[in-house]
Amino acid sequence: MTPKVEIIDLHKAFGSVEVLKGIDLEVHPREVVTLLGPSGSGKSTLLRCVNQLEKATNGLIYIDGVLQGRVEQRGKLHELGPHGVARQRLGTGMVFQQFNLFPHMTALENVVTSQRVVLGRSRSAADERAKAVLARVGLADRMSNYPGQLSGGQQQRVAIARALAMDPSLMLFDEPTSALDPELVGEVLAVIRELAHDGMTMIVVTHEIGFAREISDRVVFMDAGCIVESGPPQQVIGAPQESRTRAFLARHAAGDRAVPT
Amino acid sequence: MTTTEAPPDQLGARASGKSVRDAALPQARPLHLGRWAISLMLIALLALFIRAMTDNPNLDWDIVGKYLFDPTVLNGVKNTIVITVLSQAIGIGGGLLLALARLSHNPVLRVGAGSYIWFFRGVPVLVQLIFWFNLGLVFPMLSLGIPGTSAQLFSVSTNAAITPFVAVLLGLGLNEMAYMAEIIRGGLLGVPSGQREAAASLGMTPLQTLRKVVLPQAVRMIIPPTSNQTIIMLKISALASVITYQDLLTSVQLIYSVNLRTLELLIVASIWYVALTTVLTFGQSALERRMGRSLVTVTPVRRNVAARLIGMGARR
Repeated sequence: MTPKVEIIDLHKAFGSVEVLKGIDLEVHPREVVTLLGPSGSGKSTLLRCVNQLEKATNGLIYIDGVLQGRVEQRGKLHELGPHGVARQRLGTGMVFQQFNLFPHMTALENVVTSQRVVLGRSRSAADERAKAVLARVGLADRMSNYPGQLSGGQQQRVAIARALAMDPSLMLFDEPTSALDPELVGEVLAVIRELAHDGMTMIVVTHEIGFAREISDRVVFMDAGCIVESGPPQQVIGAPQESRTRAFLARHAAGDRAVPT
Repeated sequence: MTTTEAPPDQLGARASGKSVRDAALPQARPLHLGRWAISLMLIALLALFIRAMTDNPNLDWDIVGKYLFDPTVLNGVKNTIVITVLSQAIGIGGGLLLALARLSHNPVLRVGAGSYIWFFRGVPVLVQLIFWFNLGLVFPMLSLGIPGTSAQLFSVSTNAAITPFVAVLLGLGLNEMAYMAEIIRGGLLGVPSGQREAAASLGMTPLQTLRKVVLPQAVRMIIPPTSNQTIIMLKISALASVITYQDLLTSVQLIYSVNLRTLELLIVASIWYVALTTVLTFGQSALERRMGRSLVTVTPVRRNVAARLIGMGARR
């Protein structure tokens, strides 16, 4: 079976700062993988590389067996142009820490626009799909509101709906609850949990240890640009082998929420 | 200190006869003596000025009235509007392209656009106007041929091609492009990078992202300085008078060179300039209201501030 995502020896440096120092990771279809680790450990950068928002310095990423960001022509690898990259991103949805909703559009327009522009769906087809996904995240009654009129939790749910409307087969979550007030975290986690139950392949960067333990098939603990430990949640969170993992979990168990990066 | 601020029901509980009595006293109105003094002075100065203008035997207001709607003047007004609109359109369109070039990944485009802006902001627009008008002195013929052959696709005398109208459009438009480029670039940079990333993650190409996500947000930031530029353009279009294009100023100059009523006709021109600026200002407000519709969280706050200001004014 082809892995959904295959990452081979991925390196990423910003100038002289090496953020990822050789990451190898496979994510299988329908698998939920959570990336844990202290701030600055490279989790978000790894996620952004998967969606080509960052260009890896070195290494290979395959999604559904297709090499990302580069294309082979006459025995040589060439950089993919912006249109090729846009096409490769189509099967992947991404949810950001800061929601990044389009403030000049209503919730409905946020979900409709990319379907129309990118997928070329008709007005009515896009509307119908948008209403369905907005209802799925519990916002059927908020469709005509602008992002500025919605709470953080509602905005993040619109952002999830916006990604889902493009019918992705892989979802990337970059600290989806880190910018939320504590009382709004639950409603967003509930939506992500439901997606996991429906069998969506997901890579989730989070600081919510309890949530990671609950939804993950596999937990990957990263520190200083390397994968320290990886395995089922009961192993990595329940009985960590590495001292760095234990130290991180101890800090979080003490109620010490890491500062969102 | 606190007695006058505390609500009356608390004062009763304090059981102090003096504070209860103070709370019952009516509030004295502040006198604002300084405001009255300054207002009187300004009104006096204004009255003196109006008298100097109206009571002046050297200023004939009937002439102003007579020429306000004179066909020559109206033609000048029309030409000034045409020049302003077209030059500003060239400025906005070209400025957008220059701004995109400056923000592009292509170093040749970046340097090219940067040099253009550097040059056109460096040379006075009056010099540019005169330069275009006199282009024929340097290049008597404008022709496009195939290098190495004598074949010519077209050829035209420069003086025939660069009429005063074309010279004004080139001078004002090309100059405006440089300023608009910087305004538009600022607007584009003001859109948070997360917006571009979100659009990209949805599979939008850079052009789709620009059209659907970045430009609509940047336009809001671009409108106020662009309106400003348009008003400036309206007025520097008067420079066209130095190269004989018949704009508003040239039209009144033509009239006063004959009847020698210089000041009266300059007042006529000024009335038109102020009227046109007023129209542009209203246009700007209308445009801003239209574009600001989705920023609903902002509007109620603004309205509150306005209501409070009005309320404050009424209480005084």
